[in-house]
Amino acid sequence: MFLVNLSGIALIALIIWWFWLYKPKDVALDDAAVVIVVENGTYQPAHIKLAANKAAVLHFLRKDASPCSEMLLLPDLDISESLPLNKPWSISLPPLERGEYGFHCQMQMYKGVLKVE
Amino acid sequence: MNESTNHYHHTAKLQSSGHAMTAMSRQQELIVEGAGCASCVGKIESALKQVPGVENAEMNFADRTVTVSGSAGCNALIKAVEQVGYNARAMEEGSEDSALEQREKAEWAYYKRLIREMAIALLLGVPLMIYSIVVGEMTVTTNTERIAWLLVGFLTLGVMVFSGKHFYVGAWQSFKNHSANMDTLIALGTGTAWIYSMVVVFFPGVVPEMARHVYFEATAMIIGLIDLGLALELKARGRTSEAIKRLIGLQAKTARVVRDNKELDIAIAQVLLNDIVRVRPGEKFPVDGEVVEGHTAVDESMLTGEPMPVEKAVGDEVVTGTLNKSGSILFKATRVGKDTALAQIINMVKRAQNSKPPIGRLATPMSVMVGVGKAAEAGVLIRNGEALQTASKITAMILDKTGTITLGSPKVTDIVLAGAGSEDGVLQLAASLESGSEHPLAMAIVELAQERGLQPDKVTNFNAIAGHGVEGEAGGQNLLFGNEKLMHERNIEIGSLVDKAQQLAAEAKTPMYFAVNAHLAAIIAVADPIKEDSIEAIKRLQGNGIRVVMLTGDNRATAQAVADQAGISEYFAEVLPEDKANKVAELQMEDEIVGMTGDGINDAPALAMANVGFAIGTGTDVAIESADITLMRGSLHGLADAIAVSKATLRNIKQNLFGAFIYNVAGVPFAAGVLYPFFGLLLSPVIAGAAMAFLSLTVVTNANRLRLFKAQEH
Repeated sequence: MFLVNLSGIALIALIIWWFWLYKPKDVALDDAAVVIVVENGTYQPAHIKLAANKAAVLHFLRKDASPCSEMLLLPDLDISESLPLNKPWSISLPPLERGEYGFHCQMQMYKGVLKVE
Repeated sequence: MNESTNHYHHTAKLQSSGHAMTAMSRQQELIVEGAGCASCVGKIESALKQVPGVENAEMNFADRTVTVSGSAGCNALIKAVEQVGYNARAMEEGSEDSALEQREKAEWAYYKRLIREMAIALLLGVPLMIYSIVVGEMTVTTNTERIAWLLVGFLTLGVMVFSGKHFYVGAWQSFKNHSANMDTLIALGTGTAWIYSMVVVFFPGVVPEMARHVYFEATAMIIGLIDLGLALELKARGRTSEAIKRLIGLQAKTARVVRDNKELDIAIAQVLLNDIVRVRPGEKFPVDGEVVEGHTAVDESMLTGEPMPVEKAVGDEVVTGTLNKSGSILFKATRVGKDTALAQIINMVKRAQNSKPPIGRLATPMSVMVGVGKAAEAGVLIRNGEALQTASKITAMILDKTGTITLGSPKVTDIVLAGAGSEDGVLQLAASLESGSEHPLAMAIVELAQERGLQPDKVTNFNAIAGHGVEGEAGGQNLLFGNEKLMHERNIEIGSLVDKAQQLAAEAKTPMYFAVNAHLAAIIAVADPIKEDSIEAIKRLQGNGIRVVMLTGDNRATAQAVADQAGISEYFAEVLPEDKANKVAELQMEDEIVGMTGDGINDAPALAMANVGFAIGTGTDVAIESADITLMRGSLHGLADAIAVSKATLRNIKQNLFGAFIYNVAGVPFAAGVLYPFFGLLLSPVIAGAAMAFLSLTVVTNANRLRLFKAQEH
């Protein structure tokens, strides 16, 4: 019984670490080759690092036909773009101040974040 | 979904940039496939530049397109790209139209797939479910049962792979990304049910006897029902883009341009600024422009909702997508491609449809899409979800007088004859005299004469008497037109009509006297008349409990007269343009949610200050940027329509939020077993799956119900 409880607690700790505490690796956007692939319920990569006060371009490729994935919203920047299916699509960003800017699909089932540093 | 990341599939277009260049030299666009890194750019560009005839090649890495200028053939270019290891193809006509078609095709394929997957899952799930209800607990006791359930277990695994693969892949992707989503829940739920059941089948000994049940039916049913929900949502969503489809459908495919004195049909993408375009009766205008030859009547109802055809003559503006009814005309293209009013409208509606009102993040996108689309059909362009939401709460509406309540250009309202003679006779003489004058009042008279088909005579000895009027000779008669003072100076008897003139003045009209051979012939009154339907539209607003206030730079007497006619009890008169915004602020200080309606030019600060700014477009010049909501036709009915649509949409959103809320608030405790101690009731995960599909269905159906909304007939 003790063992069962212990492994349960360990599992909970693992879940908390994996989903909340873990700091994901950010992908820097310096390289123009970064294409954010929208597929299977995720943005890949979902954590994008950007330089502050510099205009940038995000490249998306949507491979997922589910309705939510069609729209890409960047609420802080008032950006709302529809991503064509299986076709690269670029979104230009104005120079941004430091901070985190979330992006997501229409119903927030897909989430990502821009880290401006 | 399984294509490799490095391969892009597109359709493509061959774009030739037309006659600006020599016949041989042109621009072509290629789509390059397989270019996965930035370093490919240089390789591809230099390969293309080595092709004989190529002047320049520039690759846009983001689009994976190369623009090549020069006289080289398309096939040579493709070959050159292939030789350095990539695939290329010419870009096809990539109009909005085909993009939409493609999207629909893709969605239709996805829909069919979901339906197929759903059918397979339910084919297994439903009989199992019925069996469990009829037979009761699905226990594993005998060896025969074990073998039977093992078989079912593998069938279920088949369903999981065939119908539910996307959930597991999505859940895994999401897990790798340190996040969880809907797929995680489904994968975890169905996966656990299956694994537990298989454990019971293989090693019944490890679980207590009373817990030796299998749950294969739950796995199959949940997958099937959620696929069904996704399919329904996709289907309903397709219908919400009808408004956009309708707008895109207005676009003509080709244009007949006049180049080098020859008329040729070309794709609209190739029409250049300042091209002269021929449009024949029954054809749509392919781009925006200005009429340079001929006259016609144009049906603009598709954009403005205004059913009456609009007369167009040389110098008038014509708009993409409107229909030429009567004459063949030539016009000069002033806005092409993405700059046309129609393209901007489409873009704006699209953006607005995908914006969210602040009210909620859940269950709202469908309603907003339908609501904004519905408004667009009624000639009302709503900029975003926020404007949509605020419009439903407006308590006070400020209306600019000139051009908003009134037509904005003077018209002859009354001709009062002094003695014998016909109205047309008097009008013809007056128009002859006034045809030389540039004064707005004079133009109103000339315009009316034209409308009635009266030909003005040639005027001699024309003389403008500053501040008083004009005189001249036509048809052998001495003509004098002006105010009361001028008549007194020339000793013309006006006694009989002075009362009438004063009465007209009290109605906010400008009465002028017209004398022929030194005898008073008539009073002609000119005014900026109230639009035909303004009174009714204002009544509709007031009927909704909205405080309507008129705003004008005119004097108090004119303001009073117009306000009386329009049925408005409150007005601000003699307001300077720069003070308009202050008046909006004044009302806001009184805790009103203020809507401001103006023509969008000198009203811009007031429109911005208001909680919701409404710009009256003339259908052609859409003041898209200056207002939250643009009325494409001049009628004020658009205001009441906009408010009605926004109220209906907000109500719909609230219903959806309520539905989602109830589902969660009631469902979660049930699932947690709240009822178990009292009634022995547990919520089967199958019911949760069904409820989810049902919720999707209610939300999308409810949102689609908005499509039945009709702007009031007027």
